Order: sequence, then C-alpha cells, then structure tokens
Amino acid sequence: MTENPLVCPVGSGPVPKKLYAVGAEFANPKELYAAAEKVRESGIKSWDCYTPYYIHGLDKAMGLPKSWVGLFTFAGGLAGLTGGFLLITITSVYVYPMDEQGKPYFSLPGFVPILDLLMILLSAIMSIVGMTTLCLLPRLHHPLWEWEAFTRATHDKFFIVIEANDPRFNENAAVDLLREIGGTNLTFIGDEE
Amino acid sequence: MPYFTPSTRPARPRYDLLEKHMDEEIERARLENVREPYVTNNRDAVWVGDRIASVIENPTPMWWYIAVSIAGGVASLTGLGILYLISTGVGVWGENKAANWAWDITNFVFWIGIGHAGTMIAAILYLTRQKWATGINRAAEAMTVFAVMCAGIYPGVHVGRVWLAWYLAPIPNGNAIWPNFRSPLLWDVFAVSTYLSVSIMFWYVGLIPDVAAMRDRVKNKILKYFYAIVCLGWRGSARQWANYEFCYLMLAGVATLLVITTCTVVSSDFSTSVIPGWHGTIFLPYFGVGAIYGGFCMLITLLVPLRELYKLRDIITLRHIDMCCRFVLLMALLISYIYLMEFFVAYVGGNPNERFTFYQDRIFGPYGTTWLCMLIFNSFIPMLFWSKKIRRNPWAAFGIVIFPSIGMWLERYVIIVSSVHRDFLPSSWGMFYPTYVDVLTFTGTLGVFFLMYLLFVRFLPMIAIAEIRSVLPEANPHEPPTVSKNGAEPGSHHD
Repeated sequence: MTENPLVCPVGSGPVPKKLYAVGAEFANPKELYAAAEKVRESGIKSWDCYTPYYIHGLDKAMGLPKSWVGLFTFAGGLAGLTGGFLLITITSVYVYPMDEQGKPYFSLPGFVPILDLLMILLSAIMSIVGMTTLCLLPRLHHPLWEWEAFTRATHDKFFIVIEANDPRFNENAAVDLLREIGGTNLTFIGDEE
Repeated sequence: MPYFTPSTRPARPRYDLLEKHMDEEIERARLENVREPYVTNNRDAVWVGDRIASVIENPTPMWWYIAVSIAGGVASLTGLGILYLISTGVGVWGENKAANWAWDITNFVFWIGIGHAGTMIAAILYLTRQKWATGINRAAEAMTVFAVMCAGIYPGVHVGRVWLAWYLAPIPNGNAIWPNFRSPLLWDVFAVSTYLSVSIMFWYVGLIPDVAAMRDRVKNKILKYFYAIVCLGWRGSARQWANYEFCYLMLAGVATLLVITTCTVVSSDFSTSVIPGWHGTIFLPYFGVGAIYGGFCMLITLLVPLRELYKLRDIITLRHIDMCCRFVLLMALLISYIYLMEFFVAYVGGNPNERFTFYQDRIFGPYGTTWLCMLIFNSFIPMLFWSKKIRRNPWAAFGIVIFPSIGMWLERYVIIVSSVHRDFLPSSWGMFYPTYVDVLTFTGTLGVFFLMYLLFVRFLPMIAIAEIRSVLPEANPHEPPTVSKNGAEPGSHHD
C-alpha cells in the first residue's frame, strides 16, 4: 500500500500509479456553486460535484442537459398501455370470450381501469430503471470511496472531482484550477489497475 | 371662516418623515409575513442529519422492545385467524346470506384508505411544491406501504379457497380460463397489487440518498453492508441528483394518478352493483375523501408520539401537526357534505328501495346507533380543529383524531353491512354479527401495522434527511441565510 497509494493529498508523497481523479473539498453550497460555474467555464467535460443533498440550480451552473428519465417513463407507460390492451383484447375477445350480462366481448370502457393500472405500473418501473441506468447504479465499488474525506459527501461536505479520463486532462492544471476556485484538502485519487 | 378651503397649492409631501419610518415599516412587515421555517430553532443541516440518524444509532430504548413485543403478540392473532379460516372455511366468519360482505371488506377499505394519505403527502404535496411536507413524507409513505400490506390480507383470504387465488392473475392455466377483465373485483386485484408495488418503489427511491448517508455513518459492519447494498452505491454526484430528482418527479406524477385510480376502483366494487346504498356515482369522490381523511388521522396518531419519543420536535414541528389537522378538518367538511348529498340524492332519486335504505334502515334500523356514532365522530368532533390552539396542541390533536379513525371504520361498516343486510327480498333479511375470528383477525392487523412501523423506525431513516436539508436556508446557493421566525415551541431548544 505504501509504495503505491490509492489516495494521496496533493503535495505530500507519491502520486497514485493510475490516476482516477483530483478532488477538492468545499465548505458550503454557495462556494460550490461559484466554483462549479468556473469549472464549467474552463471547458473541462469529465467532472462532477458531490453534495449531501440536491442543490437547486447546480445542474444549470454545471451546464448539465435535462435528464432523460422522462423518456424511460414515457416508454414504460406506452409499453404498459399497448401490452395491456393486447393482453386484455386477445384473451377476452379471441382466447376466452365470456358472455357477461350481454356485454360485448370487446368492451373498452370496462377495460380502462386495468389499462390505466398497467400503464402506471410499467411507467413506474421504467422510471426507476431509467434512473439507475443513467446514474450508472448499482455499484458495489468506486475509486472515490478510498478517499476518507469523501465519507462526508453524504453528510456535511461538498466536493468537486475532476476526472482523469477527460482527453485534455492535466493533473497540474487540474490542481491549479481547484486551488484557484477555492477548494481545500486537494487530493489525488487513484484507481485500481 | 369656511370650514374647508381648497388649497391653491398641493401640500408638500413630507419625504423626510416617510423615509425615516419606511425602513422600519418594511422590516416589521417582512418579519410578520415571513413564513414559519421548515425546521425550527434555526437548526442546521448537520444537526438535522445527526438527530435523524441518532434514532438508528442510539441504543435501542426499552419502550421499543416493550412496544414490539406487544405489537408482535397482537399481530400473531391475524396469523392464527387466517390459519383457522383457511383450514376450516369462510364459515368461521360471521357472514351470512344477506350480508355476504362484512368485516373483511370493511377492514380492507379501512386499511387501503389509510394508505392513501401517505401518497397524498408524498406525491400530491410534492407536485404542488408544498415544501413543508418534506418533514413528514417518509413517515407517511411508510404508513402507506404497511397499511396496503394489511389491506392486501383480506382480498387474499376472503376468496374461500385461497390456493386457487392465483386464478385471478392473467396467466395461462390448465383449464385455459382467463379472468374477466370487465369485473370490478378483478380491477381491485390489479389496483391493490399495483398500489403496493408503486408505493414500495416510491418509498424506496426516496430512501436511497438517506440510506447512503447511513452507510457512511454506521460503525457496525453488518449494518454497513446492508445499507451499502440497499442504497445501490449512491454517491450523491450532481449528475446522479439530476436524474434522481427527475425520477422522483415522474414517480410522484405516476403515484398521483395511481392514488386516484385506486380509490376509484375500490369504490367501483360497490357503485357498479345495483344495491341501494351502494349504487351511486358519488362513491368515487366519497372513497377518495374518506381515504385521505382516515389516513391523516392515522398519520397524526403516529407522528405525535414519535416526535416526543425521539425528540424530533424541531423537524416534525407544530406547523406540521397544524397542517395535518387542517387536512383532517377539510376532509371532515367534505365527507359531511357527501353524507348530506347521499340523503338528498336518495330523496330526489325517487327509488323507493333507496329511500327505505337511507331514511328508514340507516337512521332508525338496527344499525342506527352505528350510523349516529359515525356521524358524531366524523362530522362533529373534528370541528374542534377550527381552533388554532387545539391544532397546535399535539396531544389534543392526538386525542381528537382517535374519534374520526374509529368513525372512518364505522363508516365503511355502515356502507357495507347496513346496505346489504336488508336486500330486495324481505324473507332473507337478517343481521350480521361478527364472530370472535372476525374480531381477532382485525385486531391482529393493527398489530401487524404497528410492528412493521416500529421496525421501520428502528432501522431506516424515518425522516427524509436529504430532502429536509435541501429546503433549509443554507442550502440555497443564491441568498445568504435570512432572519426568520424561530418558530420553536417552548422548551424544545434544550433537546
């Protein structure tokens, strides 16, 4: 571990062999918001903010596009509606037609509640599938969890992490930028090979 | 000299005086109109997280063990009741030929109704941007999930031959039989199972960031693994939050649609029949209102002891209790209007059977006392909530909502039993008497509900930590924290 550390504060000790990112800590949402705007202006693409709670407007400050989860919801709803329609129609009209108080076999008004419920069920499932897919979850391990300070990302600290997989990534430039925008506790975070 | 002489020149406005008082006046008006804070006593985000997590982290209090043993003991009655029912037959319940439906469906509608208030708070108040609801939405959603589980017991076992209940599902079977999709009873199966599934999903998605926070806090290895798997490896990155919030919004929209569909479908079990007392278009709003009414009563019953026991008075504030009481009051007024409408429609409808059911049997018949209790409990006692003093006194609210909680059960009983026990054929008229199996099975479901709730409170964050933090003044990156009303109740800052 000592020869090849996974996490190392900037300026003390060796840099990890395979770098995942450079991280910096911020004290409150206001500082983070201002810093995020500056990182966006610098043109870096592979980076992220980590916050204990949703900060309204931060996604705009970072220049993130609108989430695509809605598309998943819509697709799920459509699938539930058409799938339900086919299920009910095929079984009630063709496979097992039943004379119920003289009602027509194809009685759409009577089908509406179940169509509605199947639409709701599938759109709810697909919303969650969409959210977890777009968030790249579930995940059992992540390089950031090697950084001890990062356990407070769900509690009281705010982080900006500039990732090494950005084509224009330069660790010295990233460190300078994070210092300039007011980050503290700058740390190199390594990735397992 | 004339009393009033028109001046040739307008009086010079005293700008100096105006300016002197303006700042003071504006400041005073601002302070008066400032809303009560969502979290009182100017608590910050760290305090909120620590306090909510302390419920899980602190050693288990003695009262919890006692409460769990009582609830567990009572819950076993349901198990025994169901076992006896399945091994013997539905004859162990008090149902007879005139009253085919009685306590089973009453309890089903009672429990499913309690669930609706949780979705109302978590989804509808979220869509309408009622930020105060963040303080109680998790507790309310958990109530929904457990109440719907209790409700699901009844349709499951009242079919008689429980081992054939899977015929209700649209899956191929050996007899090549398919369910009748036009039947409200099948709608019911779909409604309850969808409602349970979507409520669990909605609740679970809300839990993800808070469980991640617990993962980073707890010292116990086993609990850490448990939380790490439940939270799916949540990291709280801004990209994740953007997708997460959008997903939550979508689920809130879907759940809103679902709660309306479910109460409509449950009411259709009755209103699509031709029984006087059931056959009414008013049943759709009737069941929706009744459901939210009963649910808010149960929520107050749960929240008032919890905020005292776990010292959460700054998070579940007097304002939250006040708001819940206002909902109870609103629903009491709506349901009273519906009670009146039912009688009015029976009068103008001109159907002699319906007039008999409402004007003779329901008021003066053998179930008249039940009806009168229902009216007093649901329409009159909650009128005490017109007083702000009572709404802001948690234990008074706790005492008052017990009455509409019972009243809402009685309402379902009145609707169901007093409508069917005297049907179109007087020779088959009779009475319904519950057997001890009926009584014990229902008492047991109360135990099941409270047992699950106690386990939830002990092991999962019962208040949405991340959501409350995001509505605190410090979470706003654009404005400095402003002066606001403290809003605390006396003595709570010692906690």
